[in-house]
Parts: sequence; structure tokens; C-alpha cells
Amino acid sequence: MSAILEIKNLHASVDGHEILKGINLTVNPGEVHGIMGPNGSGKSTLAQVLARREAFVVTQGEVLFNGKNLLELKPEEAAAEGLFMAFQYPVEVPGINNAYFIRSAVNAVRKYHGEEEMDAMDFLPAFKQSMKILDMDERFLNRAVNESFSGGEKKRNEILQLMMIRPKLAILDETDSGLDIDALRVVSDGVNSMRGPDRSFLVVTHYQRLLNYIVPDFVHVLVDGRIVKSGGKELALELEDRGYGWVETEAAPAGRV
Amino acid sequence: MAIATRQELQNYLELFEGFEKRATAPEFVRKLRQDAFARFWELGFPTLKDEDWRFTSVAPITAQTFDLPQGASVSQSEIEAIVAPELSNRIVFVNGRFAPELSVIASAGAKVLSLAEAIGTANPVLQKHLAKHERFESDAFTALNTAFIEDGAFVHVKRGAVIEQPIYILYVSTGEKPQMVNPRNLIVADEQSQAVFVEDYVTLSNRGRTGLESGATVFSNVVTELVAGSDSILSHYMIEREDAKALNVSTLNVQLARGANVDSHSLLVGGALVRNNVHPVLAGEGSDCLINGLFVGNERQHLDNYMKVEHASPHCNSRQFYNGILDGHSRGVFHGRIIVHKDAQKTDAKQTNRNLLLSDNAQIDTKPQLEIYADDVKCTHGATIGQMDEEALFYMRSRGIEEAEARRLLLFAFAGECLDRMKPGPVLDWLRLAVPTWLPAKR
Repeated sequence: MSAILEIKNLHASVDGHEILKGINLTVNPGEVHGIMGPNGSGKSTLAQVLARREAFVVTQGEVLFNGKNLLELKPEEAAAEGLFMAFQYPVEVPGINNAYFIRSAVNAVRKYHGEEEMDAMDFLPAFKQSMKILDMDERFLNRAVNESFSGGEKKRNEILQLMMIRPKLAILDETDSGLDIDALRVVSDGVNSMRGPDRSFLVVTHYQRLLNYIVPDFVHVLVDGRIVKSGGKELALELEDRGYGWVETEAAPAGRV
Repeated sequence: MAIATRQELQNYLELFEGFEKRATAPEFVRKLRQDAFARFWELGFPTLKDEDWRFTSVAPITAQTFDLPQGASVSQSEIEAIVAPELSNRIVFVNGRFAPELSVIASAGAKVLSLAEAIGTANPVLQKHLAKHERFESDAFTALNTAFIEDGAFVHVKRGAVIEQPIYILYVSTGEKPQMVNPRNLIVADEQSQAVFVEDYVTLSNRGRTGLESGATVFSNVVTELVAGSDSILSHYMIEREDAKALNVSTLNVQLARGANVDSHSLLVGGALVRNNVHPVLAGEGSDCLINGLFVGNERQHLDNYMKVEHASPHCNSRQFYNGILDGHSRGVFHGRIIVHKDAQKTDAKQTNRNLLLSDNAQIDTKPQLEIYADDVKCTHGATIGQMDEEALFYMRSRGIEEAEARRLLLFAFAGECLDRMKPGPVLDWLRLAVPTWLPAKR
């Protein structure tokens, strides 16, 4: 089975500062990879680059997503090819109804693949089912996208979009930040309900706690723009116990320039 | 300066002399026209030195010589192509003159006829109200309009009548020479009546004869007096969607009696130079007024909104909301004046102007002006100027929505704030479909 995501020697800069300094990572269908690392290590930058945010300039390397050169795709094309990022800071979009927004997104992806668009009624069962798992009131459908949502509600709304859009690869960018334990559990339930052989996850987080609920197949530690250590789910526990200091010092003598 | 002004006005004097000879009318109208012209002659056109015209030059008007309009024939199918199909109860004017063959008037409970007919029959309601509310003494454009009073819509809604179908007043202009039209509308809604009025200004260009790409410049100088009786509930829509050469100055004067509730909605999407004066007078205690608007400029359009909200009685509410979208080299103005008279205690007046600039060359001037002479009032105002939200754009694109579509959705969401303040009904049904087609579509 070929990889869904292949990152080779990826370097990226923002405002002339190199943040990613040679990332190599392969994600196969159905796998869940945790990306951990101290603040400023480049975790979120990696997520943003993959989501095709223009502020980040790729200076070297290549990224294949679903066999295509991801770095040549516009954000909307990457999304249509099956890439989804749950934002660390979901954006408020005043004046656009949440249900309408999510339907537009789903239909944009369908249209890209030459499939027939669905009408509002077709969406209802999936909305109901997903919102039940996420413990979300259906009133959130009729509010403007994320407008006046609490932090937790915004994160749930990200996962609701994930559940409706059903991507091939979902990147969760610090989805746990700002969530209390109950919300974390609910959001994780939503994510776990989407796990399957055709869907992969890249779970970016500072803390191990999220990975108790979304149990990864692999954990990678990012330090100063490079993956300095990879392992199984037990690596996350070790990081929780020992902090990031030991991987940082362990990484340093390797002496990569 | 006075001499230059007179020269500028010379053409209007000639037009007026010709008009007076031709347009027969009862004595009270003749006198009104003469007084108004004399006042226009004294005032001359405003300049940038006038506080109320600081941001808007009327040079596009003074630089041209206009004729009074010629008759023109417009076919039923041409009208069908531009009207809102939802609005079947319509009174149509071509080059300012009533076109009965194009009109469909069916309003039980309301008298809808041309102003010319109401003048001709010396209608007593007309005599009581015409030019009694929007005074020509202080405004050159109102004076000019009043000098050329001849035709327009006259609507009288009877006491307690509830008019289900909106009364749609359509002004169509067409011609090959620059022309000035002075539509004059008088709407009198008696006590406890309910009705919806739509004024719609459209140019018929591209009529496809003799290779003319489009017709000549039309200068529409409109005055509408809306008299809202006690406890009446009225909505008024002003839609300006003339062609890119049109000059349009309009004044809506609303008189609110005790407990009257009036919504004014302005949608400006057409015209080269547009000045939209909205002047509600909350004259009766407990009256309530919503002043809502959307202006959408592109290329070199200049769209000026001048609000003068007068609180003259206690316990009245006014809420102003204007949204501007400006692209290209267009320029927008929002001047929100609120006057609270001495006796208007417990006034609650609110004003919000939000603007979206889509190009580096677009410009907006927004100016609140509060004059408060009472001591127990609540007045708030706020204005914002911003660009398209790049974060929201990226967010939508990251969900698979194409950039152009994402921009369109954000733009419509911003414009939609204006629609969300309208009451449900056929006008809103029409505008929900029409407004997206009036927004700038590019990039």
C-alpha cells in the first residue's frame, strides 16, 4: 500500500527565518502519528505548510500527498484531494451560516471529484449523528461560523467539519489547547469515530494528554525544525515524565548542521 | 463666485421658462414652482465649502447641460426584463412621466396614481402635504426638484388599511441626449395602516440602435415625502441601479407621527455620482425608525449617504446601519447626523457604519455628527473600515472552497447584514437573489 503522505527533507521559512530544517516523515493509510515537541520547535509550522498557508515559504524538499506534489496545490485543491487541518485557532466567519459553510465545503470537494452536489436535506442525518458524538447542540448549525463560540465549541466545530468532510488525512493542530478534560474526551471520541484503514491522522500537540485519548501508532519529537526521535506511543509517556530536555540534548551531539 | 453660479444656472432658467409655459397646473403648484425656482437661483449648487457637501463635488452635474426629458416608448418586454417579478403591483415612469400602459395598479385600501393626475384634480391630501415636509428653502436640489414638480407617484393609504402587496415605483430612463428628470413622490399613510413601498431607479441602456453603446447621461433629482400616520407600520426601499454614467440625487423625507414605525432601506449599486439623503423626523412620541443601507461602489463611482435623523419628541428610537463595499477607484461617504431636539427626552439613537475596502484605491469618508439639545438621551455611534478578512479566506479555502467563491461568500455575508435587517416578504425574496448579482465579482 502506498503512503498517503511522504515528506522528504522539507525546509520552510517564514519572513526569512528558517523554521523547518529538513523534515522526513512517511504516513501510511490508517496510521495515526503524534507530532510532539517543545514550543517553537516547528510543529505548527509543519501543519500550516501542509495545509498550504502562503505565509510559509518552502525552500527545499518535497511533499507527496496521495501521490501528488502537495507543494503545487492551492489550499482548496489540497483540501479537495483529501487533506484537512483542524485549526489551532479556528476563524470566525461572521454572516456565514455554519451549516451552509460545511455543506459548501463538502460540495466543493464533491464537485472537484465530479460528483453530484448534495442538497441540504441529504446532510441532516450525518449532521445529527456527528453532533451527537460531539455533544453539540444543533443550534450551532444555524449560527455564523465560529462566531461567539467558546474555545471548546470552536474545537468541536473543527471536528464536526472533519466528520462531515471525511478527509484522507486529518492534521490536528494543537486541538487540545484550551480544552478541559471533558471537552478533550468528547473531541477525541469524534476523532476516534473517524479512524479507519483509509484515513490517517497527524496529531500535533505539546502535551501527551491528548494521546491518551487518540492513541497514536507512532510518535515523533520535533526539535528546532527536525524530527530528532521517533517511536511508538510509549515515547509520548516518556516525554510526559521526563520533559523535552533529554531529547534536545540527545539530539544535539548528532551534530547535524 | 456668485456670477459663476448664475452662469451655471442660466441653462436651468431657460429650462424653467420653457417648462412653465408647457406644464399647466393649478395656481398652488405654479406658485410653489416659482418660489422654489427663485430659491434655487439664490442658493445655487452646493460646493465643497458647504459642510454638508464636504466630501462630494457636484461638478459632474454642473459641468453638463441637461435638457428636460423627451417622451420615449419602452416596451412591456423591456420592463419585464428589469422588474422584480415578485413585485406585481407596480407604477412605472419612463423619463419621469407616468406610463399607464406599463403599470399594474391593484391595491385595495390605497389610492395609487400619478402625481400629475393628483395635481390635476387638486387632490386635497396632496394639497395638504405636497412640499410641506421636505422644505426647499435650505436645499438647492430640493428647490430644483420642487421647481420642476410635474409627475411622480402619489400614494394615499387609508386608515387601518393593510396593503399586502408592496407598492413598487419604478423609474426607467432612456435617451440619447443628457437629460434631467425630477421625480416627485408623495406617500401619505394614514393612522394604523401598513404598507411597503419600493422606489427603483434603472437606466435602459444598450437598446441596440444606431450602434450606440448606451444612452446619454441621466441626472435624476428625486424628492420623496413619506408621511407616516400614527401607529402606521411602513417600509420604504430605495434602489439605485442606474448605469455607470447616471447622476442621482435623492432625498427621502419621512415624517413619523405618534407611534409610527418606519423602516428605510437604501441599496446603492449603480450611478456615477449618487447622493442619498435620508431625513426622518421623529415628530410623534414613541415613534421608531430603522435607517438601513448598503452601498456598493466600483470603478470611479461616488456614493454619498447623508443621514439627517431628527428626534423631535420623547421616547423615540432610531437605528442607523449602513454597510459600504468599495472596489476600484470608487469613493463612499457616510455622513450620519443625529439631531436631538430639546424636548426629545428618552431618545435612543444608534448609528453604525461598516465599510469594506476591496482595493487600495477605494476610499471612504465616514463622519458622525451628533447635535444633542436634550439631557436624558442615549446616542451611540461607531464606524469601521476594513479589508477582506484574509484569515477567513484561508480558512474557507482550506475546506475546499475555491478562492473566488470564498471571496464571493464573504462579500455576500457582509452585504447580507443589510438584508438581515429587512422584514420577510417579496421584496426581501427578490433582493436575496438580486443583491449577489450586484456585488463586484472579480479576482
